[in-house]
Amino acid sequence: MSIPPIIPTEETPKARHPMAEAWEMFRGNHAAMVALAVLALIIITAIIGPDIYPTDPFDMVWAPFSPPGVDGFLLGTDYLGRDLMAALIHGARVSIVIGVAAAFMSVFIGVTVGALAGFYRGWVEELLMRITEFFQVLPTLLFAMVIVALFGASLPMITFAIGVVSWTAVARITRSEFLRIRELEYVTASRASGAKNGKLMFQIILPNALPPIIVQAALMVGSAILFEAGLSFLGLTDPNVVSWGQVIGSNRQYILDASYTVTIPGIAIFVTVLAISLVGDGLNDALNPKLRQR
Amino acid sequence: MATLQSLLMRIFYAVVLLIAVLVLNFSMMHLAPGDVADTISQSMGGADQEILDQIRADYGLDQPFFVQLGSYMGKVLRFDLGYSFFYNTPVTELILQRLPATLLLVFTAQILALFIGVILGVISARKPNGIASHFVTILALFGYSAPVFWTGILLLIGFSLNIQLFPVAGMRDVTIEGGFWVHFVDIVRHLVLPVVTLGSIFLALYSRLARATMMEVLGSDYVRTAKAKGLSEREVVYKHALKNSLSPVITLAGLQFSAVISGAVLVEAVFSWPGLGTLAFQSIIARDTPTILGILFFSALVVIIGNLLTDIALRFVDPRVGGKG
Repeated sequence: MSIPPIIPTEETPKARHPMAEAWEMFRGNHAAMVALAVLALIIITAIIGPDIYPTDPFDMVWAPFSPPGVDGFLLGTDYLGRDLMAALIHGARVSIVIGVAAAFMSVFIGVTVGALAGFYRGWVEELLMRITEFFQVLPTLLFAMVIVALFGASLPMITFAIGVVSWTAVARITRSEFLRIRELEYVTASRASGAKNGKLMFQIILPNALPPIIVQAALMVGSAILFEAGLSFLGLTDPNVVSWGQVIGSNRQYILDASYTVTIPGIAIFVTVLAISLVGDGLNDALNPKLRQR
Repeated sequence: MATLQSLLMRIFYAVVLLIAVLVLNFSMMHLAPGDVADTISQSMGGADQEILDQIRADYGLDQPFFVQLGSYMGKVLRFDLGYSFFYNTPVTELILQRLPATLLLVFTAQILALFIGVILGVISARKPNGIASHFVTILALFGYSAPVFWTGILLLIGFSLNIQLFPVAGMRDVTIEGGFWVHFVDIVRHLVLPVVTLGSIFLALYSRLARATMMEVLGSDYVRTAKAKGLSEREVVYKHALKNSLSPVITLAGLQFSAVISGAVLVEAVFSWPGLGTLAFQSIIARDTPTILGILFFSALVVIIGNLLTDIALRFVDPRVGGKG
């Protein structure tokens, strides 16, 4: 004896995966799609660019201050006669890697702090939120400068410094989502059926709190890239690695002779961060079900 | 009475935060490789272990962590943040010399951004498709994505080098002679580009929020009632709606103080503005740890005072704030 298979009739609407629905919504946003394409191009450049364009960004390859397009250098050369194109392509990798790694770290800290505070309430929440406020009082850039200055300007230390000063927004968002979701009926039901705290927090509440956290995480990558650019503009960077901010910082004394050495790397940073924030906006519209009904 | 009590609580809490900053400062100094003895021996051109131990004993560096922390706190209470071996000056003196320039930059940028931001927000809320509204949107995109130091350099190239409208660097021209107003105008001319660079980011933030809250308020019942009473559009907007849309914007501005100071560090570096940011930059290059930590402490102090002032301002705008403690 076998159970007859349930055959879907014509009228039954097909249940669609929520991600598919979000993707459809995202695809309708033209600005976000263009930004996504630009971003993909930048990421591909960061991954394979240095192999395709192997010129060492620290090598003196031509006379200094050769303007863009002249003498075969598409973006010209800087004050030491180094190829600016090489600096941009090699610098993309540092900017993207630090941006993503620092954002990942701050999201990790922020989600942990916010989840614990929102889930346990009481003195845990009080303590964690006071710590969050403490980190909000310290000017982030100065704090990161101090960490890098005291403990050394290596790429991991720079990533750590950016991550450790910029998690507070994520913690606040996670906490407020947890506060809202923990009172919902399905959480009460899971609790009643014996789910442990760990399971409640990370398997039942967290997945439902994710949409605003994902949007914030995307924006964090953008601000981490700006952050790294600021630090390396000030010279707080690994001197053996080229990055966009560092190119601006080292060329800024020569803006009278060659302003393009400063404007071009700035455009690279600007376009990258703009693309990320437009993608973030698109994600926000696609993942926020309340906006979707409008 | 309740208001005074809650204000006292805020001040007490601010003091606790400051103590926490000091503990953090001291712990970082303790954990970082190298100490005062190394700095001194370096400036003497090297020293043997015996002399190093002697210096450490003199500075109390051989004491346990908490004893050292206690004596550090005690010193800070007497406004002693240590001695800068690079500048040969006490750190507090050094910082107090530079603090006014930073305060001038930060508060001018904040107040102008807030003031213009609210005006832009109101105008664009009344005409959502007008020029002001588009300007706010574009400014927000640019303000979020462009590195502030790059914007500063572009303005410098445009307005100081190409057309020599504003001075290139610094806060005042030492060759200028004259009375108070001559110096005042000189400082204002130096101030324009740094304030525009720093303020535009926050202008974008505030005007966007002001536009959103204003649109919400304009759709509410009491505004409709006010209109039904026969008040003119102008009166409704500026007498009734504006007051209620102000408090979210002021709250946001209060939260931005630490971000404004972070931005000021970069802006000061671009325009050689003689403030704390430039000092931080120079002392980091010189590995002058006491000065760096002193600056972190003072900037936290500025943020905390800024937050307190915001809190007081909010109580004036919105009487509901502070009543519940």
